[in-house]
Amino acid sequence: MPWKNQSGGPWGGGGGPRGPWGQGPQSGGPTPPNLEDLIRKGQDRLKSVLPGSGNFGGRGTALVILALVVVWMLSGFYRVEPDEQGVVLRFGKFVQLTQPGLNYHLPYPIETAFTPNVTRVKRVDIGMRLIEDPRRGTALRDVPEESLMLTGDENIVDVDVSVFWVINNAANYLFNVQYPEGTIKAVAESAMREVIGRNQIQPILTGARQNIELAVHDLMQKTLDEYGAGVTITQVQMQKVDPPSQVIDSFRDVQAARADAERSQNEAQAYANRVVPEARGRAAQVIQAAEAYREQTVAEARGQAARYLSVFEEYRKAPEVTRRRLYLETMERVFGSIDKIIIDPNTGQRGGGVVPYLPLGELERRPATPRATPPAGSTR
Amino acid sequence: MKALTAILAVLAALAAIAGYSSVFFVQQAQQALVLRLGEPRRVITEAGLQYKLPLVESVIYLDKRILDLDNPAQEIIASDQKRLVVDAFARYKIIDPLKFFQSVGTIDGANSRLSTVLNSALRRVLGESTFIQVVRDERAGLMARIRAQVDREAANFGIKVVDVRIRRADLPDANSQAVFQRMQTERQQEAAEIRAQGAQLAQAIRARAERDATVIVAEATQRGDQARGEGEGERNRVFAEAFGKDPDFFAFYRSMQAYEAGLKQNDTRLLLAPDSEFFRYFGDPAGKPAAK
Repeated sequence: MPWKNQSGGPWGGGGGPRGPWGQGPQSGGPTPPNLEDLIRKGQDRLKSVLPGSGNFGGRGTALVILALVVVWMLSGFYRVEPDEQGVVLRFGKFVQLTQPGLNYHLPYPIETAFTPNVTRVKRVDIGMRLIEDPRRGTALRDVPEESLMLTGDENIVDVDVSVFWVINNAANYLFNVQYPEGTIKAVAESAMREVIGRNQIQPILTGARQNIELAVHDLMQKTLDEYGAGVTITQVQMQKVDPPSQVIDSFRDVQAARADAERSQNEAQAYANRVVPEARGRAAQVIQAAEAYREQTVAEARGQAARYLSVFEEYRKAPEVTRRRLYLETMERVFGSIDKIIIDPNTGQRGGGVVPYLPLGELERRPATPRATPPAGSTR
Repeated sequence: MKALTAILAVLAALAAIAGYSSVFFVQQAQQALVLRLGEPRRVITEAGLQYKLPLVESVIYLDKRILDLDNPAQEIIASDQKRLVVDAFARYKIIDPLKFFQSVGTIDGANSRLSTVLNSALRRVLGESTFIQVVRDERAGLMARIRAQVDREAANFGIKVVDVRIRRADLPDANSQAVFQRMQTERQQEAAEIRAQGAQLAQAIRARAERDATVIVAEATQRGDQARGEGEGERNRVFAEAFGKDPDFFAFYRSMQAYEAGLKQNDTRLLLAPDSEFFRYFGDPAGKPAAK
């Protein structure tokens, strides 16, 4: 059938597959299908066919009329695509919803059918506009008067939101609300601001996205259900949640400050990691040195003691001789290496001829520092 | 015969015209008001095929859907003297076409009347509330109150107000600037605090490290001194044990060592009398003890 793709039949009734009115705010007011126009058009077409019929006999006329009636009846077939719902109106009154497939409605002007698309997900943006540019693809333009919102703690955030929706009931969508799309947008804006207004700026900027999206979704759905809008909100998606551009630098500075704080702590930690092991090293050094000293002192003492003891053993066997020998040997070594002046006091007393003269000046030239012999055991 | 046919045809045409003009269609989204010579007679809310008297009755179609009233934004002063730019919208329905037709006539007329009502309700309700109630605490309740007030007045126009919602409630530009400045200073303060805290923690880490280092070294010094003390103690013990056996010999032996170590070459000069023990045989091979 050549007209099966058309919803309104060969007379062009039905006004096309989309809802003829209520397609957004641009469509400009309530315009139900203009019946007068359509009827006039139909009549014109009939006139253009009928004048010829006078030349046939009564039989011919009947045939033509019959054919016209058949064509007219057949014009009621229409197809509902898988992503559409059919809405059938009888004299303008909604009578039934039809499902995808080939359907029939009584021919115009008795019944008409609309087949709005109900599965396509539509999108409403708040705070931005998608600009279709055939050369550069789609671009986003910010709309600050929509996207700046007051938060509950009297701050302002810059939020862009996309709301995705589908028609869930074509009849409700077409007949209950005047401007469904404008209404969805207005409701979305109102819900978004209401929810943002209930929240504080910090959670909005950080973790609370999902909760906000959910709250907006629920609020929108509830409101639209109250309107009977025949619409299901499938998703609320926050695109951008930022501090306003006027203050974003200071927010970034807070991030930078966090990094700075982290950095200075890391530096301090690095310093600590250097200083403490160094101290441990120094400590080990001190302890090792002390222990070395202890071992050394003890070993030296033991050595000296052992040496002494062996001398002492010998001494015990022959005390007198050993003592004398030791004395002489020591004196031999001592006197052997130092300057000495031997003055016999008797010489002075008895002869009186020699006056001992001590050249102190010459003595002072040499660093004569007679050292007191320390007592045994106190040398360190 | 021909005349009769002509008359019949005219009559049929007239009948067709009369028939056609005695029916009208009310669309699903519409309701209708039937006027007889300008006087309202009937209200039709049911969509579909309807009948009227031809010629004398005319039909006015009115929308049955939820209609849209979008108010321009306006500045409102809340009860705490804060200013708000409020952009509200209402959604309404014509429920009494006759009253609607008589009082406001068209949807445009209704919009302008409702707009005034909505504005005054907004001012009244929001003017009694504080800024924070409008923005945060009672938005939904306030919207419900505004709706109720508008609805009460709109009933005179045959209108039911389905919903009033505040689309935006923002600060005027000048106040926004003030908020931006406040946000900025708050953030600057926060940043400064974070940096200071970071510096504080860093300082604490450094101080702690230095403390640890000092303590570690001090403890090591303590242990070191202890070890040195132990060593010296052991030495004393060893010496005492060895030397204690014969103090007299020790004194002699140690003196010998001390002489040897203490009297070094070239830094000592001795003036000796040759009558010491060392010189016992110096003057007398018999070795008599030196005369004292």
